[in-house]
Amino acid sequence: MTQVSMTVNGKPVSGDVPDNTLLVDFLRETLELTGTHVGCDTSQCGACVVHVNGRAVKACTMFALEAEGAEVATIEGEAAPDGTLSAIQQAFQDHHGLQCGFCTPGMVMSAKALLAENPKPTEAEIREYLEGNICRCTGYHNIVKAIMAASGQDVSKIAAE
Amino acid sequence: MPADGGIGASTRRREDVRFLTGQGNYTDDINIHNQAHVFFLRSDMAHGKINGIDTAAAEKMPGVIRIFTSKDFEGVGGIPCGWQVTDRFGEPMQEPKHPVLAEGFVRHVGEPIAAVVAETLQQARDAAEAIELDIEELPPVVDMAAALEEGAPKVHEDLKSNLCFDWGFVEENREAVDEAIRNAPHVTTLELRNQRLVANPMEPRVAIGVYDRAGDEHTLYTTSQNPHVIRLLMGAFVLGIPEHKLRVVSPDVGGGFGTKIFHYQEEAFCTFAAKAVNRPVKWRSSRSEAFMSDAQGRDHVTKIELALDEEGKFLAIRTNTLANMGAYLSTFAPSVPTWLHGTLMAGNYTTPLIYVNVKAVFTNTVPVDAYRGAGRPEATFQLERVIDKAARELGIDPIEIRRRNFITEFPYETPVALTYDTGNYHATMDKLEELADLKGFEARAAESKKRGKLRGLGVNCYIEACGIAPSNLVGQLGARAGLYESATVRVNATGSITVMTGSHSHGQGHETAFPQVIADMIGIDPEQVEIVHGDTAKGPMGMGTYGSRSLAVGGSAMVRAAEKVINKARKIAAHLMEASEADIELKDGQFTVKGTDKSVAWGDVTLAAYVPHNYPLEDLEPGLEETAFYDPSNFTYPAGAYACEVEVDPETGKVDVCSFHAVDDFGNIVNPMIVDGQVHGGLGQGIGQALLENCVYDDDGQLLSASYMDYAMPRADDLPFYTVDHSCQTPCTHNPLGVKGCGEAGAIGSPPTIVNAVVDALQRAGHDVTHIDMPLTPARVWAAMQG
Amino acid sequence: MYEVIITRPRSLAEAIEALGDDNATPLAGGQTLIPTMKQRLAAPEVLVSLAGIEELSGVTIGDGEITIGAATTHADVAREVAGACPALAALAGGIGDPAVRNRGTIGGSLANNDPAADYPAAVLACDATIITNDREIRSDEFFDGMFGTALFEGEIITGVRFPIPERAAYAKFDQPASRFALTGVFVAAGGGVVRVAVTGAGEDGVFRWDAAEQALAKDFSPSAIEGLSPDPSGMIGDLHGTPEYRAHLVGVMTKRAVEAALG
Repeated sequence: MTQVSMTVNGKPVSGDVPDNTLLVDFLRETLELTGTHVGCDTSQCGACVVHVNGRAVKACTMFALEAEGAEVATIEGEAAPDGTLSAIQQAFQDHHGLQCGFCTPGMVMSAKALLAENPKPTEAEIREYLEGNICRCTGYHNIVKAIMAASGQDVSKIAAE
Repeated sequence: MPADGGIGASTRRREDVRFLTGQGNYTDDINIHNQAHVFFLRSDMAHGKINGIDTAAAEKMPGVIRIFTSKDFEGVGGIPCGWQVTDRFGEPMQEPKHPVLAEGFVRHVGEPIAAVVAETLQQARDAAEAIELDIEELPPVVDMAAALEEGAPKVHEDLKSNLCFDWGFVEENREAVDEAIRNAPHVTTLELRNQRLVANPMEPRVAIGVYDRAGDEHTLYTTSQNPHVIRLLMGAFVLGIPEHKLRVVSPDVGGGFGTKIFHYQEEAFCTFAAKAVNRPVKWRSSRSEAFMSDAQGRDHVTKIELALDEEGKFLAIRTNTLANMGAYLSTFAPSVPTWLHGTLMAGNYTTPLIYVNVKAVFTNTVPVDAYRGAGRPEATFQLERVIDKAARELGIDPIEIRRRNFITEFPYETPVALTYDTGNYHATMDKLEELADLKGFEARAAESKKRGKLRGLGVNCYIEACGIAPSNLVGQLGARAGLYESATVRVNATGSITVMTGSHSHGQGHETAFPQVIADMIGIDPEQVEIVHGDTAKGPMGMGTYGSRSLAVGGSAMVRAAEKVINKARKIAAHLMEASEADIELKDGQFTVKGTDKSVAWGDVTLAAYVPHNYPLEDLEPGLEETAFYDPSNFTYPAGAYACEVEVDPETGKVDVCSFHAVDDFGNIVNPMIVDGQVHGGLGQGIGQALLENCVYDDDGQLLSASYMDYAMPRADDLPFYTVDHSCQTPCTHNPLGVKGCGEAGAIGSPPTIVNAVVDALQRAGHDVTHIDMPLTPARVWAAMQG
Repeated sequence: MYEVIITRPRSLAEAIEALGDDNATPLAGGQTLIPTMKQRLAAPEVLVSLAGIEELSGVTIGDGEITIGAATTHADVAREVAGACPALAALAGGIGDPAVRNRGTIGGSLANNDPAADYPAAVLACDATIITNDREIRSDEFFDGMFGTALFEGEIITGVRFPIPERAAYAKFDQPASRFALTGVFVAAGGGVVRVAVTGAGEDGVFRWDAAEQALAKDFSPSAIEGLSPDPSGMIGDLHGTPEYRAHLVGVMTKRAVEAALG
């Protein structure tokens, strides 16, 4: 067991974990932050995307020890303390960008990283950026639309309202 | 959009808030105090005889609580099959036992052989590696045609052959169809494969068994689309636990698409083991396990012949299909290639004579069962592909040939046992032609050509039978369960309402859409209505969600229960206003006496029901809660017309979907936003099938596409924005909401659209290509272009 | 995965010392190693994390060459060489997905030498030099068949030095599931020399396509290689494409890379 300490959603946390503990397991099992999900074991589905030091990473493909001292942001930290949804979360709800909700935390965290890098992405840029986030429910239409809307773009002309 | 948030409003989903903030409660988020973990040692060979399992060393490993093998399951039932098909000679299908843990033989890669229960998953897995297996490898059968050959190795040594059943439908039509095809002026033939798919809901399956020794009560938490059905199948057929001692909970479920309908060994195991070790036992599937333990979909090989006259009028259809069952019969597997497939072969057309032959085959592969659409995509694909081929052979426009054969009079009795209650296929096609700007295609094709791309246009129709279905009918067809749905409408004292439904939501938005219906009926705010589902302890016996049935069947049950509630409330209101019940009207949450200004609010009536001081106690019981079971009199028949345009890169064979238009007739719509989303999702999966997804075994029965590294899931950049429309509405004539179901349409209608478009693109470019089997990967399209 | 001990050295010297243990394996970005360990297909007893070693990270752009620290992530390479070598930046920006690019490193990718990885094509085409804790290895000597390299046990890559080509481009055709290269071709031209390196297609991993190099040296244009493709006999055949298809794609991707290199 090794002690690991980091800041998660602004709060300092620490725990004793076996070295082979993945960051996602530290979040889910040790901290009981179960919003970050595990949908595959080959680092492709993106349900586990969180931010480490401001960058989107797959929490299932990183050891907890590698996040020692880091600032980690998860889906649980996205809404305001009073429960008000972030602009991205609100756009996902407004545009029906989720169905079963399982991929959603990863989608929101990836969308947040994208908009931090590229505040007004085109449709093609959004689709390309989501290469590492698989959704089986929505056919992506409303996810892409929600991210465009969250970036302040007019989505009223996109087919199928 | 109605301002009151009732039927027709695109109300934002209330469930989204918990999913968007990480507060969803999926089965893997549940941890029970003192739980142990199970790891299944699974077969790495497709076929073998188990000579010995030595667990002695493994049992001594750290953390191991107990190791189970089939010996521990003597006297326990096999996993039952819920549907029996009778073959064309009147004999029942061959039905092998499907043990919880492999008994004597292993029959597919991934079959569980032993289960290690330990303190941690890691310890369980470590110990599983220390189990010594003595398994003698036997020759596997993977290919269906080979499996049916004389002398082929048998998947089940105790069965006569690998043929599960040989089904003819309608058997009485057989000779007439043969005759019509012999004498027809034109016959178009197509041989095709509807490839095997893996459903891949993003949440892998999880099961947690809990046993309370004090009360002798079992609880199973599981990722299921139908917890009541699991309770029935597992309780009655596998473990012998009566319903009142068994609770099954399916909390938030991360997608299903059919593969979470079925009862699986892992559920029975965790329930059984929790009692055996007197600890909660949790199993969590990895994605790699899911690829070899979730029931897979499709996998049909078909020859279809379409007989036509000179004008392109369809005279007869004959199909011969091999349907892969895998190594064992999953819960509803036999129904998929038969009753959910053969009955749909009329499509939207007036073909008078149809004969469908299906041979279901056992192979040493993972069991196959329903996947989004289940049988109907297979029917639609072959029918719409052969029509497209026939149109080209006869030189008739693909839309025109369809229009010449559309059913226009309803109700319409097909030659394959269904009665379509309503529809308007010309209307959906008209709408499609307008929306998709088909007239502008040539200009777009010319523009593509300038960029070196080959553009193609694909158009087709589909019909599906949804809202399954009348219990007495499916019972005659071999179902071993009823297919009604239930609802309890519980009105609380202050007027708010809790609805317990047997339908299960795993992405469909019931928690938002169902209240819209109740709100409309009573005239209250939908926020006053809460939906409870997914727990056998909370609602009446229900049949769950699949086959696009939730609103059509579950919603109808809820309407019936709400009607009973309203009738009783009306009586109470009449009493309170000292009026005749016949004069009472309910509108906007107010009961009024017709022709007077007397009124009493919904909340006052409900309060009176629970505080019955001024109440007709001599005529009515207090309280306001009603249950209804709804068993539909027919299927519903959503139908539509789809078009897409693709560009093929002639150098690489890569296909890009440029546009996709889907015009669906779903009857009445409760929440258009959710319906759009359901169609989008179906299209994504259907386009995935057409272009990307393929579950492949090698000749040894090893699964080659065993992870997302080789099984191509559709990503955002594989798909376009879709245009969907459901303005053509012919309401269902036999359910109270006039709804038809929308969950599977996209997955049913889209694969032939894509293939039609790619074939169109290649033919326009001068390639003599009449068909390419799905998925239309770049490699396959390129190879087709090479001739 | 199996139990493992993770050490986090702060300097290269500490890392080298830690890797002297026969049971130790370097952990770079972990984007291949961790999934492999999850599948229990790799079972290192000790992992030596290279992530915290500052001297291994970063990009230096010098006169005619770019030196990239081994622990530099794909995302950082994509960002920092965008001006100096757009072809290399585009390659780095197309590896995996954004989250993978934020962890995966150039050193890890090269040491692994996956036959469908992107970086080996750039290294081989640009004739880059692999710098290790012990020596410098020319690209032609570095790659040694699928997953094989010239690295010794305990030797680690510390950086890669790329001569900046006059003209270069990478054309990649994705394997539809993994999004690794089904076939990727990096073309680099400079000083009258053209080098064409192919990844994803060859049974022995990344390789130089001599016939195309010769044709392009005479005439650096797409037409020079029109109709040219390598012998399918050395190509990979799997469920995503036959050897013939891959051989064909090598030709097409080379042509597209040349077109892109010409701007």
